[in-house]
Amino acid sequence: MVAVTIGIVRLRNLFAVVMLGGIYSFLMATILYVLDAVDVSMTEAAVGAGMSTVLLLATLAVTKVREATPVHPPALPLAIALLTGAALVYASVDLPPFGDPAGPGHRHVAPDYIARVVPETHIPNAVTSVLASYRGYDTLGETTVIFTAGIGVMALLVGRRRPRRDGGTSGGGAA
Amino acid sequence: MEVLANINQWVTIFLMVSGLYIVVARGNMVKKLIGLGVFQTSVYLLYISPGKIIGGTAPIISPDFTVYSNPLPHVLILTAIVVGVATLAVGLALVVRINEAYNSIEEDEIYVQEHDA
Amino acid sequence: MLHDTVILRVVVKLLLPPILLYALYVQAHGEYGPGGGFQAGVIVAAAMILYALVFGVPEARRVVPFGVVRAMVPLGVLVYGGVGVAGMLLGGHYLDYTLLAATPPDGNHIGVVLVEIGVLITVSGTMLTIFYSFSEKPADGEETD
Repeated sequence: MVAVTIGIVRLRNLFAVVMLGGIYSFLMATILYVLDAVDVSMTEAAVGAGMSTVLLLATLAVTKVREATPVHPPALPLAIALLTGAALVYASVDLPPFGDPAGPGHRHVAPDYIARVVPETHIPNAVTSVLASYRGYDTLGETTVIFTAGIGVMALLVGRRRPRRDGGTSGGGAA
Repeated sequence: MEVLANINQWVTIFLMVSGLYIVVARGNMVKKLIGLGVFQTSVYLLYISPGKIIGGTAPIISPDFTVYSNPLPHVLILTAIVVGVATLAVGLALVVRINEAYNSIEEDEIYVQEHDA
Repeated sequence: MLHDTVILRVVVKLLLPPILLYALYVQAHGEYGPGGGFQAGVIVAAAMILYALVFGVPEARRVVPFGVVRAMVPLGVLVYGGVGVAGMLLGGHYLDYTLLAATPPDGNHIGVVLVEIGVLITVSGTMLTIFYSFSEKPADGEETD
């Protein structure tokens, strides 16, 4: 994962970066599977490695494939990133250790849901049951967000015309 | 060892910082969006890795197991993944339109075009 | 375009039904294993995108027209909202599933199944709409604002 991320940061050929992004999504899906998040892993594999790669390649088909060398030296952004990282490291020391069953996240709502899911809904998959029934309102909001993204993309890209430039040069965008 | 106990946090922090660096430091818009994707996946790890219980299993209730990993973060992150791809789609649509208007997707070149016109 | 597309076309034609069947399996078994509406929706869209990539977008748009896909996008949200309103009409709160069947657990079960179908329709419709929108070429002429 670390190596793939460093590759994404450093490489300039955008096609290679998109492919590395697909590999990154698959690795992330594997990690999520190891962390027992099976639903999330399947969704990340389908969405991250599938849809995102398709959309990025469709965009690269109409724009350039190489990234230009940066004009400004990366000192300030690097400093900001490292400063944020240091603050996060400082904050993470207090967090509970990995895999601890007595951690505060596992004590209140989660055992209650796990006990209630099968008697109240007859659905063994706790994630689907919580997603669609106990937290069904949030899923309605999420479906609305997907719907909004669909109409947003349609409004931006359907029925558009090539802009005419001042001075009469033919055809602005790349074909 | 104390360092290895929080290794999921170190990985999360490394991915978050690299995603942040790509978004802030690179001028190419497609690369920025990919960096945003890296940042988003680090947030998935941030939520899901504390939910794992060593010795537990996936949260699908069955009579063979007693200890399950926490299902609540899975629900949140499922929503987050799909919203992430929706945002990526709208962002890329904007990049395509910007490319048609300015014939470039580099921030620096667009800045020059805007301020010389 | 590739010249030797015969192998690709045959393989894709053979693969498409299993992919769609797998998507349906993921949707239906979302209750007993990992899966559900979102994953199934993306797999359906991926199957159609594969068809479009190998056979060309105009052919894919002949098979699944843009109008149908555009109508699917709000239809799923309507199904989801409709389940909620049905709960209200039967006397409970919005999105109260327990009243949809004889006993509350069965009502919850039916509610979840219907809601997942709504999510499937919207997600697959939106992903395919986005793909079709990206593959549109702009017409020449004045820019309309």
